[in-house]
Amino acid sequence: MARAATTTDAFNAVAEPRRRQILDVLARGERPVNDLVAELDLSQPQVSKHLRVLREVGAVDVRGEGRRRVYRLNGAALRPIHDWVKDYEQTWSERFDQLDVVLGELKKEQADDR
Amino acid sequence: MTGSATASVTLPTDEQILITREFDAPPELVYRAWTTPELVRRWWHANRGEVTVAEIDLRVGGRWRSVMIAEGGFEVAFHGEYREVVPNRRLVATEVYEAMPHAEALNTTTFEEVDGRTLVTILVQHQAKEHRDAHIDSGMEAGLQDALDLLEQVARSLA
Repeated sequence: MARAATTTDAFNAVAEPRRRQILDVLARGERPVNDLVAELDLSQPQVSKHLRVLREVGAVDVRGEGRRRVYRLNGAALRPIHDWVKDYEQTWSERFDQLDVVLGELKKEQADDR
Repeated sequence: MTGSATASVTLPTDEQILITREFDAPPELVYRAWTTPELVRRWWHANRGEVTVAEIDLRVGGRWRSVMIAEGGFEVAFHGEYREVVPNRRLVATEVYEAMPHAEALNTTTFEEVDGRTLVTILVQHQAKEHRDAHIDSGMEAGLQDALDLLEQVARSLA
């Protein structure tokens, strides 16, 4: 009952570090290709190749603006990935909240010993 | 103590899970809480059960084993072996979920001081993407199904 098969490609697409960088930039707002090239220190062919993969899995959308092509994040497509990891993250957050309590006591003991 | 931060979970490669969190305590204390069985029992449960076994033989080649029991008696167990032990700095250990003995992971935990606080990072390196995904998927099922499944996820992520 794991994640749906249709999201598998999106998972793979996002596993690539450069593509995650592109998504990180697009998370701050839509960008034309040239801006992505400048911000990421990648060549235009590299960026275009990664954008094509991201478009194929629906992670980004593109629109024409004059001669430019402007890319933006498609949050809905990335949602399954977010949800997939979120429960796991929640467990660790609760575990670490308990660790905070233990650490608070250890700090107090240490202060009392001085 | 400052307010709690959320743990951050990312997937750097197909076989990895990276968990990070900053703590308002120096590395010596975080390391102590991380490697002292009676302290581990107090936080590892993540509010999802009771840690009944926390064995830690903290030396290279030494074994560790953890068992957790949920309300309802569902038991999950993990064990592994320490590969690197650098006190207050770094631990490398294998991790095996005893119900999936072929899917051994290698966990690297680092404790890094940042202005008197400690940044903890846990890098879980699986041998195959399928194992990594199963590890996280267990959490997905738990979120959507019942409390026992949740337990399995918690226990499976024991490092």
